[in-house]
Amino acid sequence: MNLMPEKLIYELSAPGRIGASLPDNDVPATPVPANLSRDSLKLPEVDELSVIRHFTRLSQKNFSIDSHFYPLGSCTMKYNPKVNEQLAGLRGWRDAHPLIGDEFSQGALELIYRLQESLCAIGGFAASSLQPAAGAHGELSGVFVVRAWHVSRGDAKRTKMLIPDSAHGTNPATCTMAGYTTLPVPSDAEGGVDMAALKAALGGAQREEIAGIMITNPNTLGLFDRNIEEIARLVHEAGGLVYGDGANMNAVTGIFKPGNSGIDVMHFNLHKTFSTPHGGGGPGAGFVGVRKDLADFLPGPIAVKKGSGYALAMPSKSIGRVKSFYGNFGVLVRAFAYVRMLGATGLRRLAENAVLNANYLKVKVEKSYKVKYPRRCMHEFVAMGDIAPGIHTLDIAKRLIDYGFHPPTIYFPLIVPEAIMIEPTETEDKETLDAFAEVLAKIADEARTNPDLLHNAPTTTPVGRLDEVAAARSPVLCFKG
Amino acid sequence: MPFIANSDADRKAMLAAVGVSSIEELFTDIPSAKRFPKLALPEGISELEVTREIEAMAANNLNASSCAWFLGAGAYNHFIPAAVGAISSRGEFLTAYTPYQPEVSQGTLQAIFEYQSMAAELLGMEVVNASHYDGATALAEAVLMAWNHGGSRKKVFLPTALHPEYRDVIRTYFAAFDVQFVEYAGEPSSAAVDETTSCVVCAYPDFEGRVRDLKAGAEKAHAAGALFIVHADPIMCAILKSPGELGADIVTAEGQALGNAMNFGGPWLGMMGATAKLMRKMPGRIVGQAQDHEGRRGFVLTLTAREQHIRREKAVSNICSNQGLVMLQACVYMALMGKNGMRQVAELCWNKAHYAASEIAKLPGFKVPVLDKAAAGAFFKEFVVTTPIPAAAIVDKLSRASVVPGLALSKYDPKRTHELLVCVTEMNTKAQIDLLATSLKEAAK
Repeated sequence: MNLMPEKLIYELSAPGRIGASLPDNDVPATPVPANLSRDSLKLPEVDELSVIRHFTRLSQKNFSIDSHFYPLGSCTMKYNPKVNEQLAGLRGWRDAHPLIGDEFSQGALELIYRLQESLCAIGGFAASSLQPAAGAHGELSGVFVVRAWHVSRGDAKRTKMLIPDSAHGTNPATCTMAGYTTLPVPSDAEGGVDMAALKAALGGAQREEIAGIMITNPNTLGLFDRNIEEIARLVHEAGGLVYGDGANMNAVTGIFKPGNSGIDVMHFNLHKTFSTPHGGGGPGAGFVGVRKDLADFLPGPIAVKKGSGYALAMPSKSIGRVKSFYGNFGVLVRAFAYVRMLGATGLRRLAENAVLNANYLKVKVEKSYKVKYPRRCMHEFVAMGDIAPGIHTLDIAKRLIDYGFHPPTIYFPLIVPEAIMIEPTETEDKETLDAFAEVLAKIADEARTNPDLLHNAPTTTPVGRLDEVAAARSPVLCFKG
Repeated sequence: MPFIANSDADRKAMLAAVGVSSIEELFTDIPSAKRFPKLALPEGISELEVTREIEAMAANNLNASSCAWFLGAGAYNHFIPAAVGAISSRGEFLTAYTPYQPEVSQGTLQAIFEYQSMAAELLGMEVVNASHYDGATALAEAVLMAWNHGGSRKKVFLPTALHPEYRDVIRTYFAAFDVQFVEYAGEPSSAAVDETTSCVVCAYPDFEGRVRDLKAGAEKAHAAGALFIVHADPIMCAILKSPGELGADIVTAEGQALGNAMNFGGPWLGMMGATAKLMRKMPGRIVGQAQDHEGRRGFVLTLTAREQHIRREKAVSNICSNQGLVMLQACVYMALMGKNGMRQVAELCWNKAHYAASEIAKLPGFKVPVLDKAAAGAFFKEFVVTTPIPAAAIVDKLSRASVVPGLALSKYDPKRTHELLVCVTEMNTKAQIDLLATSLKEAAK
């Protein structure tokens, strides 16, 4: 890791420098009218080598999958195959314009169509759209589908969505954007949906107002809800739909098809289960799959078969476009390549190994940390950081950095105090898991014998813990020269 | 098995450690009748085979690198320096997560801060966030932000010449809300704003390429207590007055043009900036400068009390994953181009588009309305051409000859049969522009 301070690009600037070369103007010049013309443009002036060194040095201040174990729960930080990058960068994709027309875009439409079909096969869905640009965008699309379906049946008063208390924050935030209010459903002692609470929520005066439930299964505790079919039955009986959050699909590809167990609408995050890189925050891509009678409501356009080729089409009662054009196509190329390389058997093997790796790591970590729900887990599990007086999960997370590991997801899910949510993924080997568990055990020792090592961590990084409170109180959000 | 490290021997040892005799035993929580379904998918193929398969598919697309390309309409063919991809393909950037752990994410965080700084200057805003999915969703969220800010003000003014797909996305986003969309033609100052107006949206330039008078539009909106939202071409902002300078409260832009390939429509870059006054109502991630206990400068995600992972149903938006890597590409692009390169690209677009418009206006039967003295219109890199025969027929004929002349506006409005939207950028040589003119003339014969 690069520990040296790095100047801002503006601080590297000197008048007259430039990092790119452009052709001379070869047509008669037309002056820009003075009343429209801009007076000053305060952008940096830097040569190409300095730009390259600057960003290369910055890159060396990051942990990444390519350089470090990155066991972030619910984020599925698996290896991103390099061939996917090469294939997404082909000229035929990069320089393809979205408005050139179906006839001239047959390659892209074939890829979208085949990926729609493949992901439907994996999830057990009848139809799908790849237009959403991310998981939360897929959720928004899916909840709009739920809403449009109810409205189409003259059932517009259904505006309440049930959300288990272990859910990702995007679920309730999505409901708000779709004009819904949310009703939290508590978890039971086993970490699943509390069935009595669910029945009470569905049985009361608001029964006719329930639009559905948003459920993540396996949930964010890394547990598969054994009652999934019963939950779906109860919600359907009350007139609602079941939305599946596919953030944790990595546990069940080839193992379980949500569409076969009563999930009506679901998104997958292609940047999790389907190996596309996270890019420091994005881009992702969202797939939304639905049961047959919801197909007409999907966001579009979607790719369809037409004669011997492919075409774009808008579903007949579509909720509309959720983005310009057809989704994060470059991300779709990567996911398609991945699904093709794994195939039916490989997809099952990935989930098997993701779950095996998590269970193996859990058994090792349990020796030094409490695990809130000691049942067998799926692809991730949630440990707790209250291992010594005065020690918090944050301290453990920061100390892990000193040992060269990216911290797990912390303080989530909200229902587990001092949560440490660990997802190793299938692409890690046994030695890495062993080393990580050993370091966690060592940190647990340090917590008791030398807690300052934890409180002062990290010490091996370009900066120590940063004062986030001060940063938010008087925000500096741009370089001020 | 690709991408799985553990051997059969490893798995055996791990199963023993877990205390189960088979992998299948790990899945007993799943309803037994639904466990291990058959996947109707072919078996996996090798890296070599998948490369051949996908290369063959990619070859089935007409692409801008093999044509004289004048099609824009929201997706723009611009030059991308090699250094952009060299940086964004580095695994340390490519395979990092959202920078929630700042000590091990300073690379990503500082890059976002630099992007925010350069984008804020370009758009003339005080705050820029770390991205939306694309220009259309950025604009939709900007309108939502203004609508929420406006309280009981339910009216939103949209220009008739807004990209039709953007209008569709805004309508989708407002499906559940009590909003009144009103369209206005021409200048934003012509919008009949009143005390029930939350915002006026203006595109700069509009879908047909015209540069509108933002200042007058902003003054009128503000006089009625409404916000003024501008969706801008970021390249154009290098030479024309910035939307912020002209009074915009919120600016959105499609950042694809800043060093990002067209990629058949995505991944692109939704840019959003706002005045400092609106900063805490803005969606999306924002990076701020901070200090550690030794006083060293660092960067963190800040103002997170707006976001879904903190506020859940009270968050200003549900956005989580954004377009981080695309933002990085725009950041590197702006750093390479800098003050002079950005201006140069914009001037090349301006000059070449004006040359193309004047050449096409000379063709028999073709007209370029924006050049009419009476119209007194300004344009940047796109303009509408009225054609003597249906524009779709011209596009079809010429595309087969590798001259892609633009977008037939009948694509979005079946009534506009004889109009072609032409886009000219720094990628087009004079020879290509002359070829376009002669090809149009031939096609109309």
